[in-house]
Amino acid sequence: MAIYNQPRSNTIRLIVIITFLIIALQLFYLQLVDRRYEQLAMDNAVYPKVIYPERGIIYDRKGKAILNNTIIFDLMVTPAEAKGIGTLDFCRLLKMDTSEFRKRMVDAIIKNTSVRPSVFKAMLTKELQARFEENSWRFPGFNLMERPLRTYPYHAAAHILGYIREADKRDIERSNNFYRQGDYVGKTGLEAYYESVLMGQRGVQYMIKDNKNRIVGAYEGGEYDTAAIAGRSLHTHIDIELQQLAEALMSNKVGGLVAIDPNTGGILSMVSGPNYDPNDLSGSEGSRNFSRMQLDVSGPMLNRAIAGRYEPGSTYKPLGALIALNEKVVNAAYGYPCGGRYTLCGHGKPECTHAGGGHAASLRLAIANSCNAYFAHIYRLTVDNPKYTNVCDGYMHWKEYMNAFGLGVRLGVDLPNESTGGIPDTMVYNRENAGRWTSCTNLTLGIGQDKMQTTPLQMANAMCIIANKGFYYTPHFVKEIEGEGPADQIRLNRFQKKHNVLANIPDAVFNEVIEGMSDVVKVGTARGAQIEGIEVCAKTGTAENYTILDRRRIKLPDNSMFVCFAPKENPKIAIAVFVQNAGFGATWAAPIARMMMEKYLVDTLTANSKLDSARIASTNLMPSYYKRLQYKEDSIRAFKWFQVTKDSSYIDRFSMQDPAMGPQSPFRKNPAEQRLPNWVILLSNSSLPERALKQIKIFSA
Amino acid sequence: MRNNAAISKGIDWSLVWIYFVLMVIGLSAIFAATYQEGDPVLQSFIAFKTDYSKQFYFWGMALMVGFIILLTDSKFFPTTANFWYAVGIILLLLVFPFHSRIKGTESIIRIGAFNFQPAEFCKIVVALALAKYFSRPETDFNRAGSQFTAALLVLIPAGLAILQRETGLALVYFSFFLMMYREGLPSIIPTIGFSFAILIIASILIPPNILAVLLSVIAILLIYFSRRQIRRRRQILTSVLFIWAIAVGIQRFAVPFIFEKVLQKHQVERIYNLFGKDNPYDPQQRVLSEDASKKKKERGSSYNVRQSKIAIGSGGFFGKGIFSATQTRYDFVPEQRTDFIFCTVGEGFGFLGSMLLLGLYLTLLLKMINIAERQRSTYSRVYAYGVLSVFFFHIVVNMAMTIGLAPVIGIPLPFISYGGTALLTFTVLLAILIRLDADRQMVIR
Repeated sequence: MAIYNQPRSNTIRLIVIITFLIIALQLFYLQLVDRRYEQLAMDNAVYPKVIYPERGIIYDRKGKAILNNTIIFDLMVTPAEAKGIGTLDFCRLLKMDTSEFRKRMVDAIIKNTSVRPSVFKAMLTKELQARFEENSWRFPGFNLMERPLRTYPYHAAAHILGYIREADKRDIERSNNFYRQGDYVGKTGLEAYYESVLMGQRGVQYMIKDNKNRIVGAYEGGEYDTAAIAGRSLHTHIDIELQQLAEALMSNKVGGLVAIDPNTGGILSMVSGPNYDPNDLSGSEGSRNFSRMQLDVSGPMLNRAIAGRYEPGSTYKPLGALIALNEKVVNAAYGYPCGGRYTLCGHGKPECTHAGGGHAASLRLAIANSCNAYFAHIYRLTVDNPKYTNVCDGYMHWKEYMNAFGLGVRLGVDLPNESTGGIPDTMVYNRENAGRWTSCTNLTLGIGQDKMQTTPLQMANAMCIIANKGFYYTPHFVKEIEGEGPADQIRLNRFQKKHNVLANIPDAVFNEVIEGMSDVVKVGTARGAQIEGIEVCAKTGTAENYTILDRRRIKLPDNSMFVCFAPKENPKIAIAVFVQNAGFGATWAAPIARMMMEKYLVDTLTANSKLDSARIASTNLMPSYYKRLQYKEDSIRAFKWFQVTKDSSYIDRFSMQDPAMGPQSPFRKNPAEQRLPNWVILLSNSSLPERALKQIKIFSA
Repeated sequence: MRNNAAISKGIDWSLVWIYFVLMVIGLSAIFAATYQEGDPVLQSFIAFKTDYSKQFYFWGMALMVGFIILLTDSKFFPTTANFWYAVGIILLLLVFPFHSRIKGTESIIRIGAFNFQPAEFCKIVVALALAKYFSRPETDFNRAGSQFTAALLVLIPAGLAILQRETGLALVYFSFFLMMYREGLPSIIPTIGFSFAILIIASILIPPNILAVLLSVIAILLIYFSRRQIRRRRQILTSVLFIWAIAVGIQRFAVPFIFEKVLQKHQVERIYNLFGKDNPYDPQQRVLSEDASKKKKERGSSYNVRQSKIAIGSGGFFGKGIFSATQTRYDFVPEQRTDFIFCTVGEGFGFLGSMLLLGLYLTLLLKMINIAERQRSTYSRVYAYGVLSVFFFHIVVNMAMTIGLAPVIGIPLPFISYGGTALLTFTVLLAILIRLDADRQMVIR
């Protein structure tokens, strides 16, 4: 029987060998041919954890850290481990209601499953953190995770330093996917300009995760990890005490202030009003404050010192004098018989605050007394110089001077979003006047008005040029970058370069103008800017301005301006102060600049100045029409929200109806059918109900 | 001493060596799959806590039982075969009232701390009983009656296992047909079985109506080309028509019936997933959109196979090393210490390790065939083929399912997978074989 079946044992052998061969072939394919599985396994089990480097620190001129890093805590939860905790207790501790607690738990589970930790409450306040730490043993599954935070120990220099925020889609796209979701990017200020220096280099830690995506340990003992490289620090020219004083003085005012050291071009202080505490934008209340500020019509986020465009008014006059002198259309002894107005163009404008008395009998006197007729006239003489073929040619030469003074061009400060200001081209005048215009058309350019627009930074820089008698260094903040490499040197070399823009103007000409500016303080319009023992050269400025509100042109209070440098011999500081809608230059801008100079040059304020500074700091000069603007913006936005959400509560507080009327209110009845509500009519009506005004929070410190 | 020499006389040491090597591989694989960083290894061995320590003790026990078997007189097995078979069936029946509630199975009896699975143990008694039956002088396997009795011996425990919802184990009993084939099962039966398998696969892959048309076309062509023979013998026509009717009947009615009524839903799903198809007998899935069902499939029963393929595939040639095998160490493969233990080997030791293990198993199986063929007594030979069939089925199906060649059937890999009963069963099967082989000069019946 066994012999009969002998071949069958071979068949069985064959079956065994063939099946094993099939298995071996499949293994060969899986393990050696198809390389997909390796990647799949990596994706499965290896999690590249990004390690964020510490951002660089920013120091002031004396080595004080004005922008530092600290740590704040996020409350994390692992829902699976947090079962059975005393929810009520927990909610009481964290001051939230149980429905909010439940919602956050559900969110966490949806986002990250119940076995992985997710953020329960981001950025705890110091108080909540302390409360939680004391009681943490009672709440398993909850723990604190640190996250780095920018902190500003001096609560100052918000506009200079800028802020960081999480990279949005645009940042990521623009950077060619260098940034990733969750990265922080400098958005404005030095944080943005020196982003590549401050950010450092991300590190990667390869972690192993298990089948439930829990981190179990380091992959291959960390062999492939890259360490994070901390961001490098910046040393700046900022004088933080000066900056703090300037911010105090500019509080509750709209405008800009810039103080530059003419010897280096280093910016000592830069303030834009209204101002804010940079700490408000980081930390737990950061996003709330951010959106609040963005909706504020007074624009606290706008850096007016570099982006605010103002008519320089009389502060332009020293420049006009320099040009006229250099073009030899006048000499220092030139006088103009001003009788209170300029009559040579036929319309008797501009008017002059002084009349007669020889207040413009010489260039020095004209500067000291800020004679409008004088400077309008010498502007005309400059432009209508017989050297040039026509007024266009003359104007273009004048414009060249202006650009050399840094007006109408970007100076290249190390901050983003610098404005060019505005010195119009001849094209503008050709277009507006059908190609026929004379020096009378833009006569007021001679007194810094018409279409001339400058930023506070540009005016401060122009003061540097006068103080230096012809040259300037590009205004900048950063003196030194920690661990400077070749790329950084290229960056900073730009600031070492001396711009000899007006070397063709002889020192004698400068001296004439400087003497005039000195007289401004000694005997002229800005006697309030005198400092004991220091000779200050300055020029005040007052510019009229108007706005259109509710379809009406209204005259606003004048802009108060002041430019100066000191001391006269060997100048150490040049300042430009612009305060919007405040009044005369001598009343507000001049004392602010005086206190700045005092602080910087003497280091202490006199008792008198201290009193004065307290008075100025506590004065609210916010333009009153902002209230109205804010109301309009808010109500329009509310209406848009109402249109989207059909939730009448958005517009209730703006409606004329009494909210107490409840369902009787036409807004509550059927929002969809409601015709345009009363408040739209209200928008076209300039008179505001007292009640509506009260509901609007105006900007206050 | 003399006694000792008598025991070891005639023992095939190569089998013993393979057994030990496989056991060591198995233990280290379980260790790799379950060891967590910082586990106190020694303590857990003493405390009987972790899977690898448990398996170690199971091994000790199995070794003891194996040693006792080697001490036993080889005549003991044929003489008590019927008795053991009876005990096995009774145990299988006892399961129904006394089974414990352990995930999804109704085949386990709990005695103290131990889980005992009679269906597993019955492999031994069936092998013994079949050997006993075939070695009877009056058995003539060419007779239908004998074939029927032999089939019954296999099908009774298989049926009971199905009733205990252990389809995988039941399928193991069908492997005894390999042994029966060697003992002279008429070729027609495996042919029919093979055709049946092809028909079932075809009815999974091809929509029923098209398949019916195809079968009809084949039948018509067959009749057309053999029309001369048919003219001579009418019987051929009737038999062709008969076969066609049966084939269509199976394809249209029997297959749906089996998939809908006999097999469990997850099993049908596994079979369909193997061929990359959705289960058409699942009313729930029929409602789902194509996209949703695709997603479900990825997460569903094919998840195991997918993860297992990733684990093995990512091993490469040399493997990742036993502690760097991320797939298996971090539980991506479910059931990886039991049914999917081959992943650990495939990922940790790569193609090289897998081939070594495969080679080891191939050596074992071919060695068993050689041993079977060198037996003088029918009893020993039939038993050896029985053991071969069981091992062959376990090894092939287990490995094939981890690499996506076979549907997922929960059966262990011999000597490697974690599990006490299975280890004991395989050890006893092998030990008896070694004992019988040692006495191959004696004619036992």
